[in-house]
Amino acid sequence: MSLLGYSVLEAREKLRQGEVSAVELAEAYLGQIERVEDEVNAYLHLDAERTLDEARRAGEGDGELAGLPTAIKDVLCTRGIPTTCGSRMLEKFVPVYTATCVDQVTAAGAVYLGKTNMDEFAMGSSTENSAFGPTRNPWDTGRVPGGSSGGSAAAVAAGEAPWALGTDTGGSIRQPAAFCGVVGFKPTYGAVSRYGLVAFASSFDQVGPITRTVRDAALMFRFLVGKDPRDSTSVALPGKPQVPGDGSLEGVRIGVVAELSGEGIDAVVRRVFEEALAALEGAGAAIGEAAMPHAEYCIPAYYILAPAEASANLARYDGVRYGFRAEGAGDVIEMYEHTRGAGFGDEVKRRIMLGTYALSAGYYEAYYGQAQKVRRLVRQDFETAFGEFDFLVSPTTPTTAFALGEKVDDPLTMYMSDVCTTPANLAGTPAISIPAGLAEGLPVGLQIFGRACEDEKLLEAAHAAEQAIGFDAVPPLLAEVI
Amino acid sequence: MIRDDDVRHVAELARLELDEQEFERYAGQLSTILEHIDKISELDLSQVEPLLHVLDLESVMREDEPTPSLSREDALANGPEVQDGAFRVPPIVRE
Repeated sequence: MSLLGYSVLEAREKLRQGEVSAVELAEAYLGQIERVEDEVNAYLHLDAERTLDEARRAGEGDGELAGLPTAIKDVLCTRGIPTTCGSRMLEKFVPVYTATCVDQVTAAGAVYLGKTNMDEFAMGSSTENSAFGPTRNPWDTGRVPGGSSGGSAAAVAAGEAPWALGTDTGGSIRQPAAFCGVVGFKPTYGAVSRYGLVAFASSFDQVGPITRTVRDAALMFRFLVGKDPRDSTSVALPGKPQVPGDGSLEGVRIGVVAELSGEGIDAVVRRVFEEALAALEGAGAAIGEAAMPHAEYCIPAYYILAPAEASANLARYDGVRYGFRAEGAGDVIEMYEHTRGAGFGDEVKRRIMLGTYALSAGYYEAYYGQAQKVRRLVRQDFETAFGEFDFLVSPTTPTTAFALGEKVDDPLTMYMSDVCTTPANLAGTPAISIPAGLAEGLPVGLQIFGRACEDEKLLEAAHAAEQAIGFDAVPPLLAEVI
Repeated sequence: MIRDDDVRHVAELARLELDEQEFERYAGQLSTILEHIDKISELDLSQVEPLLHVLDLESVMREDEPTPSLSREDALANGPEVQDGAFRVPPIVRE
């Protein structure tokens, strides 16, 4: 079997046994990138020489991630390597420091593979908002990979990376993972430092892994966590998370969130979701119906709070200290306006407008204040449901991957593709998407929500669910080489 | 419904230069989005406390000890226009 067929844990075992070298592993992924990247466009930055150099050096190290090639979403700062956030605004930006989470995986021996494409400043659900062209879904290149971590999800699905870092503000890890048939894990808010993550909506943003298997996600998660003096909102989880062994769903109480699983979910998605539930039940899980009475208010609340935070966070792009500056302005105010008008893309401007409006005099209480109250109700919904169930589940997305161009001119319809994922961000709870099966040849994701700060238990259950479902399909452009 | 005046006011607050097509497009799209967001007004929230932070963190304080930070060279490295160790900008006050 080609090296591209292995999970990260399997590849690591081959490295440790000396059956393959870190350079051979890196070459396998660089080879697949060479073969399919023109079709997929998962990456914004590649540097094969650097990758091979690091592989040569890391191969000799004994770090837990020694020699494992890792793709990084282009919203995470990497010293000396361009970090564009998919925006013209940062097209020439080269960070002078590295994000804590990237530092930690690198310190464990991980090898730089590339920076992945994304919706501009992580705003979007299709990766079509990248200033550098959309990423295409490896399962059907006429379709979107989801977003905003679409490049990371597509790279993993296409065998262009064994795993990748993504970020999730309203679903940006889980939704593309679902669309691309891979695993995407959003940890508890605060579990992973946001230092060096270019801010979109700071009370929601969270870094997490996109991988082929749940155990790989747990392996990377071990090196992402930790309280960081440079991020005062970071928290220490109890103990360093372990990679789950063979777990069981016997007697585990799983609540199907009725409001996220019925009306509004495509029939084909529902069918695959129900088959997955049957598999969990077959593995011993006790399935019941859970309620999330405020689910329908999640999109309205999220699309006030996140754009409001974004409008404040993106005020820093003023053409003064870094990034693009428009030429020829007569005074500094004009320079700001020209710079921001020309440097930001359509969706980013729309969200800045929406957020600025929601925070402006006369509207603050009606929008921002009310949305913060809804946020409390959503968290209470989770607390109530977790009184009765160990985990909650829903489909990750209401549809399978949609066609390129299909929703790009209709923002509200695009926002609705986050309907199942935003609740976890509003409440701060961990959630994971694992492949549930295929519907008409396209992947469907099963989302599992866990209790806040119980990320390790969630990963154990997700691993058991993954075993019960037994999904092992890969897209044609990977299948033909493994 | 968001008015044309509102869109212009908001763009000014956000320091965004927009063209006429953008003003028109955003007015329509923001109206549609806000209409959906208005769903929140169905709820009686008078007795609900706003959630300011999901983890209920207390104010986080640390000792105020000086530690190394970015060098001037690094801080200026990405500046669009740098002169004499500072960021140069167009005139702030017009004659």
